[in-house]
Amino acid sequence: MLSFPDSARAKAQLPKRCQMSSIADPVAGTPRSDAKASDAKAAAASSAPAIAFPVAGERELRLDLFRGMALWLIFIDHLPTNILTWFTIRNYGFSDATEIFIFISGYTAAFVYGRAMLEAGFVVATARIMRRVWQIYVAHVFLFTIFLAEISYVATRFENPLYSEEMGIMDFLKQPDVTIVQALLLRFRPVNMDVLPLYIVLMLFLPIILWLMKWRADVALGLSVLLYALTWHFDWYLTAYPSGFWIFNPFCWQLLFVFGAWCALGGAQRMSRILSSPVTMWICITYLVAAFFVTLTWHIPQLSFLMPKRIEQWMYPITKTDLDVLRFAHFLALAALTVRFLPKDWSGLKSRWLRPLILCGQHSLEIFCLGVFLAFAGHFVLAEVGGGALTHALVSLAGILIMWGMAWVISWYKHSADKGASKTKSTAINADMAGGSA
Amino acid sequence: MRPGSGTVLVLALLAGLAPAGLARAQDAAPQACEVPPYLLSTESTLPKVAEAVKNARPLTVLVVGSRSSTILSSENSAYPARLQAALKEKLPSTPINLSVELHTGKTAEEVDAGLVKLVEAKRPTLVIWQTGTVDAMRSVDPDDFRGAVDEGVAALQNAGADVVLVNLQYSPRTETMISAPPYLDNMRVVAQQHNVPLFDRFAIMRHWNDAGDFDLFSTFHGTDMAKRVHACLGRALSKFVLDAARLDQAQQN
Repeated sequence: MLSFPDSARAKAQLPKRCQMSSIADPVAGTPRSDAKASDAKAAAASSAPAIAFPVAGERELRLDLFRGMALWLIFIDHLPTNILTWFTIRNYGFSDATEIFIFISGYTAAFVYGRAMLEAGFVVATARIMRRVWQIYVAHVFLFTIFLAEISYVATRFENPLYSEEMGIMDFLKQPDVTIVQALLLRFRPVNMDVLPLYIVLMLFLPIILWLMKWRADVALGLSVLLYALTWHFDWYLTAYPSGFWIFNPFCWQLLFVFGAWCALGGAQRMSRILSSPVTMWICITYLVAAFFVTLTWHIPQLSFLMPKRIEQWMYPITKTDLDVLRFAHFLALAALTVRFLPKDWSGLKSRWLRPLILCGQHSLEIFCLGVFLAFAGHFVLAEVGGGALTHALVSLAGILIMWGMAWVISWYKHSADKGASKTKSTAINADMAGGSA
Repeated sequence: MRPGSGTVLVLALLAGLAPAGLARAQDAAPQACEVPPYLLSTESTLPKVAEAVKNARPLTVLVVGSRSSTILSSENSAYPARLQAALKEKLPSTPINLSVELHTGKTAEEVDAGLVKLVEAKRPTLVIWQTGTVDAMRSVDPDDFRGAVDEGVAALQNAGADVVLVNLQYSPRTETMISAPPYLDNMRVVAQQHNVPLFDRFAIMRHWNDAGDFDLFSTFHGTDMAKRVHACLGRALSKFVLDAARLDQAQQN
């Protein structure tokens, strides 16, 4: 009876369409293999920071790996349910790819721009962050255009009387003057397009976060927790157009982002004692197993009688909008176990089997946008061509292959095609692109 | 005419005829649309319905819904009418009065306002409240939606009616545009809290789509498929209502 994953159990499951996650800056340093002169300089310059950085120039492949994985999972979660959907982590616990993504985004953004702040100062770092914000904004608008094209097409082609009510969703096409302006203001966000706006807002505040972190990292994290708690207490949110609110409440999701930044700037090292303790490990395992059983009752409603009513009432709803504590804890448990069992120097990270994932993770903004687009396109193919479980699975696989291919092409551009550019110019670009994808 | 074109013509004719023949067959035989039992089982009951039927009093059913509770220009093929027919068939000795109140384009909160008056006017034994679609389309805050459904159900229960909630349709075409899950989830929460049976139209239709009973992705423009889907929904809903009222066994024995 393994059907109906998301409508299955009350409350808990989240908007499926919002299972989406974020985008992040491509990671930090430069892959060692193609370390450039600018990197050596960077390494030297960052030798005296107040906050601890991981060895500069060493790219944390685990981050790329998991970000790449998150990108694939997000793509699969955006397609209609199919066999591959069963491989996505949201079916086995509270948190999903979104958490992984926002955390890694915070981590890498802090790593890259934190270094920039130490080397070049607040103003320059802020300027670079703002350019990144602009890139993400442009990507968002681009996706919105594609979305408009898709639904305008559907609106004119699809007139099944069974769905005459649902087709009312197209009514906004009747007032493009309002809708498009609201979209540019990030207030009108069609389903599936909630992550980039969240990321834009988080990045806008990154300069302040980093500045605070440079001063006292723990205070910054404390303030973030405080904001999270206050948001829960006072129910703060951002409104959206035409009604409703931001699907990912930035006041809550900043916690993961800031936590990621805190880890990047030395927090992870300071926590290493806690992370390696067996007590932590067992707490994490227990929690993950418990979460797994709870999710099991969503998928197999027949089991729900096993859930004590009292616990259900206390636990539900597990909101994704406000990043429920249970979700956050689930992510922490996953992360703690990952860090413990997957060492940084694990040889598998260099294996060519994981290469596709790592490549995708290294070009996250591009691949994320491509994933959203492919999800639209996949829906489209499924709708126009029809098809059963096999076609569904094929569409998912094809999408992943395309994402991989695109990541490969992008890195080819970076490493080969752009090499011909004049030396002076390319070093300048590379420095800027530290946050890019170098 | 060249020799090959005759063959092509025949093939084309056959190809044209085959679907027509199939369609005819489907009209005659009732659509295969099995619903797995777990989608129709509920722990909640409908005591007032059970009482009315057992005492041979007329059963007054009021369907409150939005546009997905009807088929434009063929209301008699929509699921409420089918439900009435099925109930009449299964409860031959009980008069079934069914009326439909459509609130096109209104959110749960907007429907709330008129609910009590409606119930006072019609004195239904059972109110079938189909909601959520408009709220999802306008992306109303799910908490507000839950509050509205909660209030509405409470008002209906206070007014002395049994309540069945009907959730959204499964609409794969608009899946990228309408986020249904929060509304589905919240309706389930309210149903549990008030001990009200929830007819999971979404899961049932998705099951039909996955099982191949209906191709809900279809771009077909006529009302034919809508009628067949509604016929199946009406039948499933009648079974659901009788099960929830724990009437099926009693009547059949």
